[in-house]
Amino acid sequence: MAGPMKMRAMLAGGNTEVRVLMTHPMTTAQSGQPLHFIQNVTVKLNGRAVIEAEVSQAVSRNPVFSFRLKGGAKGDKVEVAWLDNKGESNKIETAVA
Amino acid sequence: MSRAFARILVCLAFCAPAAAQDVKKEIERYRQMVNDGSPAELFELEGEALWKKPQGPKQVSLEKCDLGLGPGVLKGAYAALPRYFKDADRVMDLETRLLHCMVNLQGRSREEATKRVFGNADRPSEMESLSAYVAAQSRGMKMAPGESHPKEKAAYELGKALYFQRAGSWDFACTSCHGEEGRRIRLQELPVLLNPANARSVAASWPAYRISTSGFVTMQWRMNNCYQQMRMPEPAFGSDATVALIQFITVTGKGEVYRGPGNKR
Repeated sequence: MAGPMKMRAMLAGGNTEVRVLMTHPMTTAQSGQPLHFIQNVTVKLNGRAVIEAEVSQAVSRNPVFSFRLKGGAKGDKVEVAWLDNKGESNKIETAVA
Repeated sequence: MSRAFARILVCLAFCAPAAAQDVKKEIERYRQMVNDGSPAELFELEGEALWKKPQGPKQVSLEKCDLGLGPGVLKGAYAALPRYFKDADRVMDLETRLLHCMVNLQGRSREEATKRVFGNADRPSEMESLSAYVAAQSRGMKMAPGESHPKEKAAYELGKALYFQRAGSWDFACTSCHGEEGRRIRLQELPVLLNPANARSVAASWPAYRISTSGFVTMQWRMNNCYQQMRMPEPAFGSDATVALIQFITVTGKGEVYRGPGNKR
């Protein structure tokens, strides 16, 4: 089962600043263990995909992502979801504050 | 004397300290960059779940655990630790107190509860997550450990004495590394904890998420690991010695606003 996620979305200067924490081992090929890493991160704003990111093994364990979305208003729903190479996934939704 | 030679002389006098300053500044900049958004927050979430989870023979949660401000009071509890606890008749730091509650409230044996107090990146320990959760409830509050009870004073004195106590196969003491300003292991500065300015930042930032090991580290772990590095016998978890050292460091660093649990290198 995927560990917890945590997200914060705040209006700042007309944009929405989002910071999201993910629990994931992000195991690389060098570790000698089976590869296990997040491959895709999808960000949705009010249900519409605004970011489709491809993530590599180079990202650390328990990654933290920060990004800025153009516009946004209080109460808008931001959803961040990840999918890893084993097909495991998790997502979190929060309202812009 | 040639001008080039003069420049070298000037450089010998000033360049090395300047480079050290730059390194320090860069480390500080890096720390600020990783400051916002610490995976420590994920440990807080796990810790909260563990705090509320019924466990042990009595199948009760830790929600009635008295961390010093009354049963179940979390707000500000960490900032007031270590302190003397009448029910145990000794000074306890956060982890020692959590263990006390696991034994007395949940009915668990000391052996079972301390079987795995220090975890790793793949499997963090219960104690680590709980420490993250409890400590986080003191963010923004001034560190004010107990220092009025005779046993609190005695713990401080013992901790201070242990800080200087040389022993083990290498005849090391804490002061062997943490006794002189400006020393480092690689890029890691070794704070002299007799200096309140250094102790304050330690008291205000532990426990923390450690980026290099992707794990959460606690003060009991720090003491344990330092003793290991000094090649001394492993101190027992929550022993009078480790609690006294934590008491000494926290009292020396009192008054600082708690800003952890955050990131460490």
